[in-house]
Amino acid sequence: MGAAAPTGVASEAEYLEIAVTRWCDPDLLRAALDDSLPPGLDVLAVVEAAGESLADRLECSAWEVRLPQADPALAAVAVEAFKAAERVEVERLTKKGLRRFDAREAVLGLEARGATEGTETTAGQGSSQPCVILRMVVRHATPAVRPDDVLTGLRLVAGFAPPVPPEVTRLAQGPLDVTTGGPADPFGLDRDITRGGETEPVGGHVGGDL
Amino acid sequence: MPVESLFPRLEALLPKVQKPIQYVGGELNSTVKSWDEATVRWALMYPDAYEVGLPNQGVQILYEILNEMPETLAERTYAVWPDLEALMRAEGVPQFTVDAHRPVRAFDVFGISFSTELGYTNMLTALDLAGIPLEAADRGDDDPIVLAGGHAAFNPEPVADFLDAAVLGDGEQVAIAITEVIREWKAEGSPGGRDELLMRLAESGGVYVPRFYDVEYHPDGRIRRVAPNRSGVPWRVHKHTVMDLDEWPYPKKPLVPLAETVHERFSVEIFRGCTRGCRFCQAGMITRPVRERSITTIGDMVEAGVKASGFNEVGLLSLSSADHSEIGEVAKGLADRYEGTNTSLSLPSTRVDAFNIDLANEFSRNGRRSGLTFAPEGGSERMRKVINKMVTEEDLIRTVSTAYSQGWRQVKLYFMCGLPTEEDADVLGIADLARKVIKAGREATGSRDVRCTVSIGGFVPKPHTPFQWAAQASHEVVDHRLKALKDILRGDKEYGRAIGMRYHDGKPSIVEGLLSRGDRRVGEVIRAVWQDGGRFDGWSEHFSYQRWMDAAAKVGIDVDWYTTREREENEVLPWDHLDAGLDREWLWQDWQDAVNDVEVEDCRWTPCYDCGVCPTMGTEIQIGPTGKKLLPLTVVRDRPCVSTARQKDGHHDLGRTKPL
Repeated sequence: MGAAAPTGVASEAEYLEIAVTRWCDPDLLRAALDDSLPPGLDVLAVVEAAGESLADRLECSAWEVRLPQADPALAAVAVEAFKAAERVEVERLTKKGLRRFDAREAVLGLEARGATEGTETTAGQGSSQPCVILRMVVRHATPAVRPDDVLTGLRLVAGFAPPVPPEVTRLAQGPLDVTTGGPADPFGLDRDITRGGETEPVGGHVGGDL
Repeated sequence: MPVESLFPRLEALLPKVQKPIQYVGGELNSTVKSWDEATVRWALMYPDAYEVGLPNQGVQILYEILNEMPETLAERTYAVWPDLEALMRAEGVPQFTVDAHRPVRAFDVFGISFSTELGYTNMLTALDLAGIPLEAADRGDDDPIVLAGGHAAFNPEPVADFLDAAVLGDGEQVAIAITEVIREWKAEGSPGGRDELLMRLAESGGVYVPRFYDVEYHPDGRIRRVAPNRSGVPWRVHKHTVMDLDEWPYPKKPLVPLAETVHERFSVEIFRGCTRGCRFCQAGMITRPVRERSITTIGDMVEAGVKASGFNEVGLLSLSSADHSEIGEVAKGLADRYEGTNTSLSLPSTRVDAFNIDLANEFSRNGRRSGLTFAPEGGSERMRKVINKMVTEEDLIRTVSTAYSQGWRQVKLYFMCGLPTEEDADVLGIADLARKVIKAGREATGSRDVRCTVSIGGFVPKPHTPFQWAAQASHEVVDHRLKALKDILRGDKEYGRAIGMRYHDGKPSIVEGLLSRGDRRVGEVIRAVWQDGGRFDGWSEHFSYQRWMDAAAKVGIDVDWYTTREREENEVLPWDHLDAGLDREWLWQDWQDAVNDVEVEDCRWTPCYDCGVCPTMGTEIQIGPTGKKLLPLTVVRDRPCVSTARQKDGHHDLGRTKPL
């Protein structure tokens, strides 16, 4: 499993590499895996691996962080301050103990906007209250910089602290597309091979756009 | 009326707790049925954490059988960890099922399976979180019937005040029968309320309703008598025995856990009951007679269960699996079928003979020969005669020599400490035995690369066994003997490094002893412990001996009187009105034989009705051989890529994995 989302975080884009004991039709395998998982965990697509490591292709993630009841003006100021900083040192308790690391360099893009009631949400995280929505693209690094580290950074640089726990969703992950500044489809190469060189994607949507 | 899912409220709490996946439900082969289309609804609980509770066979079997019934639904609930408990209390979220996240209080029956008495405090947490009054007497018509089952239900007296009912023995048929009684009563408009429903259940003699029985005591604290307090209630309640296991091939669709659990395999029960007559073994006594599943049903169940679940390990369960009359054919047939596949086989075997090695060799075809487990249980020949474990030192050394010479490198030996009549020398005999095992292993292999681990558990006298009258050893005695053994092994320069020792201190066994042979007065201790924060008593990191002793002192219970006191023949025992089929005189005679070192034969091979179970219960031993064989299957034999077909932990696990 490449770069699994942290506990308590919703995701539209998790990737898993498995080996099977015999050749299986990818669509049938997708349906069988999907049937085996609880409601809400959906297998959207299966492709035959082209050989290159999947984990190496997952270079960055796009995240959405909903902050109910947060002040949009304060959020905008904090985001600008964060982006203007060269380094933002944060601390997080990891399995190996308390780690201190830079949360700024890995953040390739960050923007904040206010949302109004009735805004469509991802992963079923419905909310009717006004809120701030952060969207960010974060490069995968060691130690991993997670959206909560970015939130810690916003607090450190501008005292921005959301009043209620954030609702975090990973929207996409994949190789960094320099033209968009976000993740591209990590299955692109495999789809080409699986489909005998066709460039049209198969199956359902994998990942999302920033 | 529809019942709302608690999941939206629960989901908000999950990011804040450990292992939130255990509360999500939706496992492969789990079932969610329409609430409104069901007329009888069961919430089934294993009163421990998901990781221990999910693999429980009893709960899985009942869950499947009840859900197969029309107009009936069953969902599961497990003990929530203290972190979630605190959040649920703060946010007002009640005890929920993991299947549809329905509130437990909305169900008709709240069935709790007690494999061990150490789950009692978790039951109180679940009741309290559910909003169900702790005391059965305080419950109203809107509360579910709180029903206990499992081996601990053979003496439910310590929790009698908290239970509406208890069932003894096999649950398959009686769960269906209870369902029909409830359905009929509800269809009639629930006449007479809760009291009449309990009466309808009790009058058959197959369901124990503690409130319909009064307990009277002698001035010295012993029980004078236990008697029904209303007409129509039988004096004795009998256990249930499923005959012809081939008709009950459950689980057919084993649950596949979402979180890591203690046993991750598909378990097939190859027979129920045991007649070896080990005097310490409650399971062996209360599950008589032996009833085998046929070789063909075993083969069909393995095939269907593996297909339905994807498990890559199959365990053939029973109390003494190598005793199945066709185990050799079963082993060969399954090993042939699954050779070269990802599916591995395991056998929780304790038989000490060469045949067992042959079986182990069959089961290890797909994997490496790591460890074998045997259970001599007693450290000296005399001790083994007392407990009726007929294994001689010669047998053991010959068997382990064979095992080592055939490539096995590790032998695990199970023992108990604190057995009746035991002296220090009996426990120190474990060291002698382990040294001889290593010596034999080195001679057989010509190598020093052999190991032996001795694993020692504290003995707890259990109801419905010949040792039910015995004095339990104090924890000081047990700890003293274990320390002496440890010192000897540690000081042994020649063999000490090749011998590992695993044990627990004696204190938890005293609490287990109090709960095992306690009466209704012990309920106050359980409640006081729970009120003081007692939870998950089966886990060493949560268990507090001092909390139990303080609670007992507070409510005026003398723990020694319940544990280290030997009982007289004619003392009324708290469970005497609960009938496991065993003749009390036979049990007493067997207790006398034990202290006189007299052994008793296994009635599986020598027809014998002395224990009383078959004539009392109208049952018979059911064994093969059938003479049938397993036919080959077409299975995938490609080289495994995902995971190797290695068997876990030497694959001869006794199935005793328990956190404490």
